[in-house]
Amino acid sequence: MLQVEAVEKSFGDFKAVDGANLRVGKGEVVAVIGPNGAGKTTLFNLITGQLRPDRGRIIFKGEDISRLPPYQICRKGIARSFQIVDVFPRLTVFENVRVAVLSQQRKSYRLFSPAQSMAVAETKEILESVGLSDKAGEIASSLSHGDQKILEIAIALGGQPELLILDEPTAGMSPEETSATMELIRRLATMRGLTILFCEHDMEVVFSIAQSIMVMHQGRTLIQGKPEEVRRNREVQEAYLGGE
Amino acid sequence: MLKQALSSRWLWPAVVILGLLLILPPLAPRFYVYTLALIFVTALLTMSLNLVVGYGGLYQFHHGVFYGVGAYTVALMLTKTDLPMWVGFIAGPIMAAFMGLIIGGICVRLTRLYFAMLQISLGSLIWAIVFRWYNFTGGDDGIHGIPKPSILSSLTGSYYFILLVLVACLMVMYLIVRSPFGSTLQAARDNPQRCEAVGVNVRRHQLVAIVIATFFAGVAGVLFVVLERSVFPDLLFWILSLEIFIMCLLGGWFTFTGPMLGAAIMVALRTFVGRYTEYWTLILGGDIDPVDLLPAAGGDGLYPGKVATPGQGSWW
Repeated sequence: MLQVEAVEKSFGDFKAVDGANLRVGKGEVVAVIGPNGAGKTTLFNLITGQLRPDRGRIIFKGEDISRLPPYQICRKGIARSFQIVDVFPRLTVFENVRVAVLSQQRKSYRLFSPAQSMAVAETKEILESVGLSDKAGEIASSLSHGDQKILEIAIALGGQPELLILDEPTAGMSPEETSATMELIRRLATMRGLTILFCEHDMEVVFSIAQSIMVMHQGRTLIQGKPEEVRRNREVQEAYLGGE
Repeated sequence: MLKQALSSRWLWPAVVILGLLLILPPLAPRFYVYTLALIFVTALLTMSLNLVVGYGGLYQFHHGVFYGVGAYTVALMLTKTDLPMWVGFIAGPIMAAFMGLIIGGICVRLTRLYFAMLQISLGSLIWAIVFRWYNFTGGDDGIHGIPKPSILSSLTGSYYFILLVLVACLMVMYLIVRSPFGSTLQAARDNPQRCEAVGVNVRRHQLVAIVIATFFAGVAGVLFVVLERSVFPDLLFWILSLEIFIMCLLGGWFTFTGPMLGAAIMVALRTFVGRYTEYWTLILGGDIDPVDLLPAAGGDGLYPGKVATPGQGSWW
């Protein structure tokens, strides 16, 4: 479904991504791991168009998307959440998700009909599925950090994506919140048939739900394979797991 | 929508105020009627600016240009062509919106302060053209004695016409603010990057907002001609733009009707305090400082009964 081929990106002299390769098959749950500064977030920003690659290609469903702006990439079926909470702070939880749903339904240019009665069912359904229904009326900035991270995922779901990209979905969460979130992600993958690409520092989380793992180190892809293969790989152990 | 509007707690106050404004002209002195009409015109201009500033988060510093373009368009059409007068009345807002499309189309490529700077420059260019082009625009003399339809020839007639147009425009603006477009625009103001990531073409939404706002500024310009029967380059000068920007801040730019309140306060101050001292802006400054600069007030302005959204008046 998604193929990243030899992608490079520099900021000044610093090569943040220096030859990254990634394959995500339909329906798969794929994790990207690597130490801090390995280029994971940059790679995600390249895929979803916040940044443009210097070299290489990004192919989604057979189409090169590496030069498209973010809103067009979203319309192709890729939605994402952000590592640092990035919601619409002044809007309610409901309105946060509805922005995405309205955009997905191409209704965002309607000028003279009230938004109040639009996209209500779809938005409610999404809030239901992530468990935020009871907080629908609250202003987003008043939610707890954990709930804002979940709201991030809900906004992404508003775009009815085929591929959901999550940048450290459990960052800053308590252990209970983390396991609830992982359960949510697993459920989204099975119940909605979503393809999920995520990056994460918590190895336990990664190895428990990812079907395929890509390891990045200093901007390069070391390996992508099944969790057992990655665990056994010597290069990975030296670079990342600290050589057991 | 209608049902919701009817149950609003603002309905009865609005009806009472509107009723008072309707019965006022035969009772009040001419000067007060004139001042009120001027407040209506300024209120519409300020409300139009707030569509881009408050709801769109765009620093449209030189919004007055579109007011001037609307006013000059109708003035030139009424004095230099034999077209029916209503054509000129319609051409004003359309010309303003067209200028909004061109200037806005260039400016939305930039953000924040850069947007503001470019917008001021391009707006000042229009002012310079109007100021210099004597043969066509009358230069700094302006155009005076513009003919009007007979129904608007009396001050009372103009007053009612201006009030009617103001109310109609406010209703349309209210619809727009509550529409999917309005909520998307506000989302783009709060977090443009996130908006792009959910599939919204942020720049195009901002451009549409600018075109709508400049259209209403053009309507205000036409109303100015109806009231004053003259135009002059000061209508497009940056000082006027700054004043209406201050009115937005003063009234509360995250509220719907706040900017109107700001306009009323400023026009009234200038008219009544201005008679005693040319330093009337000092009182305005004394007013604004506590209202807008204290973090606690942050951006909600003077507006009575704060809206539910916490004000986060971060500026740049």
